[in-house]
Amino acid sequence: MSQAPFSIETTIADSQKVDAILDRLADEILAAHPKCEGIALVGIYTAGVPLSQRLQQRLEAKTGTSVPMGMIDITLYRDDALDGLPSPVVGETRFDFPVEGTQIILVDDVLYTGRTVRAALDAVVDFGRPKVIKLLVLADRGHREFPIEANFVGVRVETSKRDSVKLSLPEIGNETACLKHFQP
Amino acid sequence: MEQDATLEHLLGLRHLTPGQIRNILDHAKRFKAINERKIKKVPTLRGTTVVNFFVEPSTRTRTSFEIAAKRLSADTLSFSASSSSFVKGETLLDTARNIEAMQPEILVLRHKASGAPHMLSRAIDAAIVNAGDGYHEHPTQALLDMFTMEEHKGPISNRDVPLKVAIVGDIAHSRVARSNIHGLTKLGADLHLAGPATMLPTAVESLGVTVHYSVEDALKDADVVMMLRIQKERMGTDLFPNDREYARMFGLDKKRLQLAKPDALVMHPGPINRGIEIQPDIADGPQSVILEQVTNGVAVRMAVLYLVSHRGRPAAPVEVQ
Repeated sequence: MSQAPFSIETTIADSQKVDAILDRLADEILAAHPKCEGIALVGIYTAGVPLSQRLQQRLEAKTGTSVPMGMIDITLYRDDALDGLPSPVVGETRFDFPVEGTQIILVDDVLYTGRTVRAALDAVVDFGRPKVIKLLVLADRGHREFPIEANFVGVRVETSKRDSVKLSLPEIGNETACLKHFQP
Repeated sequence: MEQDATLEHLLGLRHLTPGQIRNILDHAKRFKAINERKIKKVPTLRGTTVVNFFVEPSTRTRTSFEIAAKRLSADTLSFSASSSSFVKGETLLDTARNIEAMQPEILVLRHKASGAPHMLSRAIDAAIVNAGDGYHEHPTQALLDMFTMEEHKGPISNRDVPLKVAIVGDIAHSRVARSNIHGLTKLGADLHLAGPATMLPTAVESLGVTVHYSVEDALKDADVVMMLRIQKERMGTDLFPNDREYARMFGLDKKRLQLAKPDALVMHPGPINRGIEIQPDIADGPQSVILEQVTNGVAVRMAVLYLVSHRGRPAAPVEVQ
């Protein structure tokens, strides 16, 4: 798959703004789930994992209770698993809480076609029957191919299908936290 | 060590790069986690057909491959020597071409002729996985052995002092030994072989191993002791006189095991001859990981089936913590 080189690069959110968005998203979670009772955050590899850690810190600071966390890698659940489209890496799938009966908030960086989330839903239910699964994304760039919507959205970005929206984070080896929109 | 995530067939470990071996072992770690879940299944190989073609009897390896394929959601079917047209005189190639006409993606082959998987890999389209060919190789067994070693001893490569592995028994007729020799030396282990002189292949030193004629020398300070199965059908031939003499000269008992490191692992590819190559108290003792080897076999075979199903394209590498 050859991608045209991008000539326009727009910063949607710098490090400070990413923090501000996460603050707001944490407040939205608290509004929907007072004291975070019965909820757990589950990050989707790769960027979703540090994002859910950042949210966990905020929620724990605000409520004074511990919020359980998990992580899932969806490589083995992709509908194009063997088509040779590379996943970055196969990461660990782990839940530090019983999935059964928990209200799970899936966390990912960018919501696009919805296929990653579809795979993540399949992966989660293989571990048990959660009470609820909700979806939180830092950015929603549209162009869904599946009927999937996020419950908590950081920013909505107008894009064309040729664009790319990327989140960099120091936790995954980038210099700073930054959400960027690339256009050809 | 860099992972190399391409694997077109698995014919043996001799022709794999250290990076390809590393990659299979790293993937197996992820697949082992699936086997520890309540729902032990992922949808990855949905629509993929895996044919287990076992021309030589085997229960352990065949069922292990079958479970591995099922846990990846592949469709499996098994042929065995007695039920196939083999008994009607069809050649291996003709049988394989007939199987191929049913369009399986992966063919797992166990055959008494060394080199049979290589021949099929050139003749048919499916990815071939060698499940043991003659006296040649048994790559998935060696991979699960290495995986089990690493679970207990940490990575085999890049150690200050190389991992010392002693392999004892009928080396000459053992495809398990041959695959382990290729795999372990590629990852930098220090290999010591011992067995009756009649069962040590000539010039095996050229593979980078040390050969001993006394089992005590091989076991000294070993991190891993791997005992090979003595095939009873060879007893009474000019290879060795009887099982009691073999047990006395080469069997693993408490006293001999004390020569190895106190935390040495005891391994055996099974099925074991209790009281011949290994005493029951050692086979069932605290240092034995024989049943863990069987458990890990499923994870390693899942990794292999997953990787060859990419048909030579690289799979996503595994994140290493």
